[in-house]
Amino acid sequence: MTPLGFTLIVLGISYAAGLLGSLVGVGGGIIVVPALTLLLGVSIQKAIAASIISVIATSSGAAASYVSERITNMRLGMVLEVATVSGALTGAYLAAVVSGRWLFMTFALVLFYTVWTMLRPKGHRVEPAPDRLADRLGLHGSFFDRSLGQQVDYRVSKTKLGFAVSYVAGVASGLLGIGGGVLKVPVMNLAMGIPIKVCTATSNFMIGVTAATSAAVYLIRGEVLPFVAAPVAVGVLLGARTGARVMGGLHSGVIRVIFVVVLAVSAAQMLMKGLR
Amino acid sequence: MTPVPARKHAATEDVISRVLRVGVTASLILISAGTLLSFLQGGGYGGEHAEVARLTGARGAFPRNAAWLFGGLLHADGQAVIVLGLILLIATPVVRVAVSAAAFARQRDRAYVAITLVVLALLGVSLVLGKVG
Repeated sequence: MTPLGFTLIVLGISYAAGLLGSLVGVGGGIIVVPALTLLLGVSIQKAIAASIISVIATSSGAAASYVSERITNMRLGMVLEVATVSGALTGAYLAAVVSGRWLFMTFALVLFYTVWTMLRPKGHRVEPAPDRLADRLGLHGSFFDRSLGQQVDYRVSKTKLGFAVSYVAGVASGLLGIGGGVLKVPVMNLAMGIPIKVCTATSNFMIGVTAATSAAVYLIRGEVLPFVAAPVAVGVLLGARTGARVMGGLHSGVIRVIFVVVLAVSAAQMLMKGLR
Repeated sequence: MTPVPARKHAATEDVISRVLRVGVTASLILISAGTLLSFLQGGGYGGEHAEVARLTGARGAFPRNAAWLFGGLLHADGQAVIVLGLILLIATPVVRVAVSAAAFARQRDRAYVAITLVVLALLGVSLVLGKVG
């Protein structure tokens, strides 16, 4: 394979990852890392470093729209960010001391979890219990729900739980080069009582700065190879933009099935690589 | 049409949105331009099989000191332009946090000024950790 061939293949795979990811509501990193390692033989550390760069681009791009549409709960984002950024530091530090085989196995675990969250029936949102911390920090909010055509007020609950889960999501992000939204969003929605659109918007808002934290560590460590990171960043971002544009026009059921199969196969292969 | 709720920090949202949009677009332009330059210059990108192995090599870190970056930028080196784009991309959310901190300071919201400053401090730690780790 020539360098040009490699660049074009990575660009194509990343574009597909960004497109598929945005159609089913996950980031591109979760497909990019398996593709780079399993298909192209890039080392898992370099694949993770390239992926975390693309995560900044896609999440910041999406966050720009959500913030200007006033869907993001910025105060909540700022509070939980303290946890995700601390987690990202932990994860990026762990990545330097953990061997490649453990990275493969941990990644496989998160992939299996993602498959499970996509297959399980939708959980029930609990009625938010009073939360004094949320009151004191002024976390409750409102947003204009376009599908309902009205302003929706909501109250935030279980702030401490959200903080703990955000830390774990940050560790996963820094360690594995993914956004970590798949870990935070269900808890924010089902346990904290936040409407799903606000969860997605606020999660995206936090992911930018979370990914920037570990990306800075990876860049200074010399793990970010421009040759790999450049086509990944450009491909995933363009794919995600296309996805946002065509969304709704496609039958998402079929895409979900394809996506789940791709993730399950990648998870099994990454697990095998780790166990070998 | 998105109705704009009457809120004190309405403008902050627009500033943040613009910072993110401009930062991502500018960095992606630099990264793409740097890649094109790398192929035009040939240096490293022009070769065959062995080159891909070297360019994606697990061993050895990519040069990452300021001297290499500035030297490369002076010669319009493709890889240096890519790295400049990567740095701009990483800086984009950091600027967003700084803008929020300033907005909370204007509203005299002390708790949130403290929270945003903690995030900025943690980002500072990441730079130190990168050097040590």
